[in-house]
Amino acid sequence: MSRINSPAELEEFRKGILSKRDPNKPCITLCSGSACNATGSGEVAARIEEELQKQGLSDEVDIRRTGCHGFCERGPIIINRPEEISYFQIKPEDVPEIISETIKEKKVVERLLYTDPDTNEKIIHESEIPFYKHQKRLVFGSNGNIDPKSIDDYLAIDGYSALAKALSGMTSEDVLEEVKKSNLRGRGGGGFPAGRKWEGTRNAPDEIKYVIVNADEGDPGAYMDRSLLEGNPHSILEGLTIGAYAIGSHEGYIYVRQEYPLAVENVNIAIKTAEEYGFLGKNILGSGFDFKVIVHQGAGAFVCGESTALMTALEGRVGEPRPKYIRSNIKGLWDKPSVLNNVETWANVPLIINKGADWFAQFGTEGSKGTKIFSLVGKITNTGLVEVPMGTPLKDIIFKIGGGIPNGRKFKAVQTGGPSGGCIPEELLDLEVGFDELTKAGSMMGSGGMIVMDEDTCMVDVARYFIDFLTDESCGKCVPCREGLRQMHKILTNITKGKGREGDIELLEELAETAKEAALCALGKSAPNPFLSTLRYFRDEYEAHINEKRCPALSCKELISFYIDPAKCKACMICLRKCPAEAIDGGKNKIHIVDQEKCTKCGTCFEVCPPRFGAVTKISGEPVPSPIPEEERIIRKRKKK
Amino acid sequence: MSEILLQIDGKEVKAREGMTILEAARSAGISIPTLCYHEKLEPYGGCRLCIVEVEERGWKKLVVSCVYLAEENLVVTTRSDKIDRIRKMIIELLMAHAPDSVELQNLAQEYGADRDRFEKEASFCIHCGLCVRYCAEVKKKNAVGFVDRGTRKEISFIPEIAAKECWDCKECFPLCPTSALQAAFVLTKALYSPPPSSEPESEE
Repeated sequence: MSRINSPAELEEFRKGILSKRDPNKPCITLCSGSACNATGSGEVAARIEEELQKQGLSDEVDIRRTGCHGFCERGPIIINRPEEISYFQIKPEDVPEIISETIKEKKVVERLLYTDPDTNEKIIHESEIPFYKHQKRLVFGSNGNIDPKSIDDYLAIDGYSALAKALSGMTSEDVLEEVKKSNLRGRGGGGFPAGRKWEGTRNAPDEIKYVIVNADEGDPGAYMDRSLLEGNPHSILEGLTIGAYAIGSHEGYIYVRQEYPLAVENVNIAIKTAEEYGFLGKNILGSGFDFKVIVHQGAGAFVCGESTALMTALEGRVGEPRPKYIRSNIKGLWDKPSVLNNVETWANVPLIINKGADWFAQFGTEGSKGTKIFSLVGKITNTGLVEVPMGTPLKDIIFKIGGGIPNGRKFKAVQTGGPSGGCIPEELLDLEVGFDELTKAGSMMGSGGMIVMDEDTCMVDVARYFIDFLTDESCGKCVPCREGLRQMHKILTNITKGKGREGDIELLEELAETAKEAALCALGKSAPNPFLSTLRYFRDEYEAHINEKRCPALSCKELISFYIDPAKCKACMICLRKCPAEAIDGGKNKIHIVDQEKCTKCGTCFEVCPPRFGAVTKISGEPVPSPIPEEERIIRKRKKK
Repeated sequence: MSEILLQIDGKEVKAREGMTILEAARSAGISIPTLCYHEKLEPYGGCRLCIVEVEERGWKKLVVSCVYLAEENLVVTTRSDKIDRIRKMIIELLMAHAPDSVELQNLAQEYGADRDRFEKEASFCIHCGLCVRYCAEVKKKNAVGFVDRGTRKEISFIPEIAAKECWDCKECFPLCPTSALQAAFVLTKALYSPPPSSEPESEE
């Protein structure tokens, strides 16, 4: 491949690619992101190839292994183009039927379609499924259409046209102005306006400047950056290159965690091909602008997602945040002005340049423009990645797109913004998601994690869980975070174990204040949020744990007892047999009793007791009733009339 | 070097450009407590005890004075209810590790900190990093370093280097505010040296 030397050559080349592609040729796309690889996408792909060969269709049908489509709950997903017939949860054994029926005969295989759980209606096209219908997939939408390892696929969907436009028709000031005007805010956590950050670096006097992609996604349950990097790496490279041009940087870094091997692989392939094509390297598209990109793999520390810790790690030192009060866009990597934005932020840049700041700003709210990808996980029917315009109400994301809470349970709270975000309760479900809106509610946007919790979730335990994570991930440099979190974790653990004392809430509040005000970095400052937000909305649960030794959600093991209601027990022997601790006494026709001494509170009896009996119950905060007298335990069968 | 005029606790203070608030305050005889600060070392910003409030163009914020640079017209407050409350908490947290440290006890008295507010921890070390940084920055030996991270982080001598360098130096010993360092050193020495019966007096 010879380098493409001008925007005109690029358009010529693009035409060449498109002319060789027949839009009517059958194409099977299969999502092959990390999530679907784990559920067997690799085996499905092998089977497709084998089956096409067997049926003599290898030359007539294309296979495209794409990145993540987002609907991970139902993966792996196959879309048969051009008809766009969509099949879900595909297993290798489904493949022969798909090829003989759908590819050859153009017939729909009903059993593989998505069934709407509300209407029981089968849906043929991906775009009509409620999960997708209510989304606005500007950044994430291309993932399902392209093979991330193929630069030609990216060019076929207009890839690198924004770079060509920026380098040929716009000055670097124009590019900066456009991004500033779009009011794009950083998608990684703080929500700082990207344009202003860029401007600071651009105006800094140093000759050498750096641009960096933060792909050290570390929030539990969040994987939008991974999916973008795996599924559409060129969009990030294109955004980064445009940013470098606006700022006057000639060297960029992608800091990606080692735990993302597919992302590392795909982005390395993308860099290599982009260099071959002339989108990276010297004299890009004949513009005279030089830019190179280097991939750096992180070693797995959560704190390295923090900007100064990331830069320290890039320099080859221990990833700890810097204590200095100087912005890294003025003095960053190797003390040079450095712009660090996260994956999703960079991926927005080509859209803004191609379609304009005004187009971009039509989506979203006054303070938060564009769309945001959320990682919807937890007690939610449709687990997956969703992209919606800023300003979408939380309840639309959770109920319309997410399909609500499974197993007939009730919604309790949603945790947004990663571990140092906060929990938002039911009464705030109308909240429109945006940077400032979420902060006002005591949480934050963070990088877009959304963990849904149902009524069985104990909010004190949730706080304990996240503080545990943060304690474990504290870099240990400053006292308020290292020691403060250690103590917060101890106190919260005690509360969930029924050892809470009067004054614990006040002590936790004091520790929270110390971390919030005095910790060294943003992660330490925000670390008390899981406690503060759960206290704000669920104070009664803290008080119940401490004062009454009661867990209102009936979840904290050490505060609950399992009790069999003698009036409801039918002596069916199911729980008795299943109890792994042999803690249930009884027999055929003899009402069962839980021996509280032996019970390990695993909950098996509660789960296996037939719902029509509902005899096993959980008790918290009150004594377990004494067992009924032996003679009353015998169930005498009623004589049949 | 141009001169900067700032205000600390209502007092006009002169500072040179590049000076931190802490240096400016100390040069004017205003005391700010520190644990991880040392004039020969790069500011570390770890203990956060030197936290102060600065006011700039009407905005008030808490910063640590060992890192924050003095600026023209900056208004600094070194004591307030909030600052004292935070310092008290920091001292109490550290006293879970080193309740008998004289330095911490003096601070505890000043800020009314309760040495027994938190359950005691196993390690004396308060992670001020003075030994580690002094050995690296001043002595350029790196005989002592941090191992692991976060709440599991500890100081540790590197036996191969310590055996050669430490015995005649020990300059880090008096820096340690809690005496954890000596314990760690002695321990490492004990672990590293062969049993006395097999090889007596083999000290290098």
